[in-house]
Amino acid sequence: MADTHSVIGTKNKKGQTFTDTWAMMNDAPRTPSFYTGSEVIKEALRRASCDVMIAYPITPQSEAAALIGELFAEGYIGDYFRGESEFAVMSQCAGAAFGGARVFTTTAGPGTMRAMENFPMWSGARLPIQMIVTCRGINSPLSIQPDTLEIAYLLNTGMLVWHAETAQDFFDWILKGYMVSEEPDVHLPLALCCDGFFVTHTKDVVNLTPADMCLPPYDPYRSPVPCMDMECPPVRMMRDPFVMKSNYISYATHASWQQEVWAAVERSRKHTIKWLNGLIETENTDAEILIVASGTAVSQGREAIRLLEDEGIRCGLVKVKVLRPWPGEEIREATKNAKHIIVPEFNVTGWLAKEIKATIPNSERVHAGPRVCGGMTMPPEIIVSEIKTLLGIHTVSMASRG
Amino acid sequence: MSKERIKISEDLYDIMPSDYQDLVKSATYGKEDRGWKDIGNSKELIEQHSLCAGCPESMAFRYILASLPNPEDTVMVGSTGCTSLVFPMVAVHNIHSLFGNQNAIASGLKRALSVRFPGRTKDVVVLAGDGATVDIGLDMTLQAWFRQEKFTTICFDNELYANTGGQESGLMQKGFVAKMAPVGKLFDKVRLPEIARESGCHYVVQCTVSKPSLIEKVVRNAVMISREIGPTYLQLYTPCILEIGKNSMEGLQEMRDSEKPTERFAYKEYVSEPAKQLLAEMAAKDKEKKAAAKQLASQGA
Repeated sequence: MADTHSVIGTKNKKGQTFTDTWAMMNDAPRTPSFYTGSEVIKEALRRASCDVMIAYPITPQSEAAALIGELFAEGYIGDYFRGESEFAVMSQCAGAAFGGARVFTTTAGPGTMRAMENFPMWSGARLPIQMIVTCRGINSPLSIQPDTLEIAYLLNTGMLVWHAETAQDFFDWILKGYMVSEEPDVHLPLALCCDGFFVTHTKDVVNLTPADMCLPPYDPYRSPVPCMDMECPPVRMMRDPFVMKSNYISYATHASWQQEVWAAVERSRKHTIKWLNGLIETENTDAEILIVASGTAVSQGREAIRLLEDEGIRCGLVKVKVLRPWPGEEIREATKNAKHIIVPEFNVTGWLAKEIKATIPNSERVHAGPRVCGGMTMPPEIIVSEIKTLLGIHTVSMASRG
Repeated sequence: MSKERIKISEDLYDIMPSDYQDLVKSATYGKEDRGWKDIGNSKELIEQHSLCAGCPESMAFRYILASLPNPEDTVMVGSTGCTSLVFPMVAVHNIHSLFGNQNAIASGLKRALSVRFPGRTKDVVVLAGDGATVDIGLDMTLQAWFRQEKFTTICFDNELYANTGGQESGLMQKGFVAKMAPVGKLFDKVRLPEIARESGCHYVVQCTVSKPSLIEKVVRNAVMISREIGPTYLQLYTPCILEIGKNSMEGLQEMRDSEKPTERFAYKEYVSEPAKQLLAEMAAKDKEKKAAAKQLASQGA
């Protein structure tokens, strides 16, 4: 079996050098490249020493999923195929992860919802699968446009949930994500989310690590649960199946395992802080007005702050990078000076605002909006207008602009 | 292959559970001609089960586990149902994840094992009930066959949802009155063996588990063909004696009655051309081996 540490410095069949991930991500030279978000996913995967990728077409992740197929054809991925539905794909990913593979997949919107039964199973089975979620609308009538409502459904699955703002986040977090997910004291799946189209279909300058360096391979034996490969046969898996036993021991077993999964989510905190340099990023948190956002709402917030500065209104920013584990302590600290906390979101229910309200004292400071959904864009002006309204400054309504 | 991987450290031997000690002493890992006749003479890979007394499924489980050609490198995939009460007590790695996704799990698993262990044999065998195989999981059952995934699918056909208390299933006979079929099932038993053949399975058998020697043969064939060629499918009648109103000791007779030439579980077999060739090669090799052994024996004498 490949020992993760002994292979560092050796080459894979594509001539890439297995490189210590910390050195690769932090010390290796970076090359600025102009790519779409989908292409960036492919470039990250080229360097990820991925064993199995399973694809299914659904907008807006189809391009990325197909590009990874090209990587497979070039010999960078162990195996690759198109499954028959997202439910099946996520089960196929589970099968591959049970068998000790490093697994990658991508999905979006209705696909995420169709596959939902798999996600708590992934967490419960401690499968460190990485799933890219390029968020899109899940409502009826049919929509393919960006909308982050599906993230709300992922928050209680026991998966790690990160929300990328830019393609650069994506590139770095895909590679770093495996490092956090695969820690033996974590060993949980990661939903790496982004806002569909805004990140996947726009081009951006992304600083890439050298293409001839790749992650050390996954070691399936550094795991809290056995790898299902019969390399270490069981006497039996358990003395008595817990399913359908209505007794205290059965309940206690299930309860303690659920608690353990969430404890593992908590244990990922220290690794995530190390790799992502914190669960949140902040700017000017001494300001009385603070925008707290995740995903591309952060970019729109930045623009709004620039516009407000022109008018002499000072506003700070909190970028929430990680949703699970939830950065409660960090958000309490970052918002302690704020009188108004603005939470712009790309979904109808405002799940991020609800999370924040449940976290901080004096939650009436949280203004849950502006919110757009169904594929609408969020011009910085509506954030500006919302803030001005809060401050009692008269603004011209957006609708009157014609 | 041998028992190398299940050896116990000498210092720990006496504190290990007796079923582990038995597994090391007298299980049939690595025994090339292992089969149903080992039952009773060796440690079985199934220690016990929590099925109803006399359940034919428990016989089927024992015959199948005794017949796997390569249990030390076989991973089994189950699904929700009565089988999921047995699997935890089996001495091969087995996966239960959700209801109906067994062939999707097996697809990912087989591919991962092929990537991780190139040049080594790792068999994958799915074993699930008829609800899992034909109703909720039909899509994934068929799609795995279309893709020519190299593993064996075994369906324990008890013609209803047994574990949830006897509801109608797709493999139930037409007219049978059951829960959720209050006026009798309105459509025919789904013809999955025929569908399996058309979907690309290279070896399809439908039979009952009344004869252990037959189960040994078809399990062996199915696993060897799936290893070398492509998907294989076994549909085994394991009547739910509880739900069809029989007593514990009547399961065997029920199977014998149902496998008569005019009955719905009459032996049915389909073998593809490449599979026929493989079976012929296997038979020739067996013959050679037996002849060699005979010669060796006569020389010794």
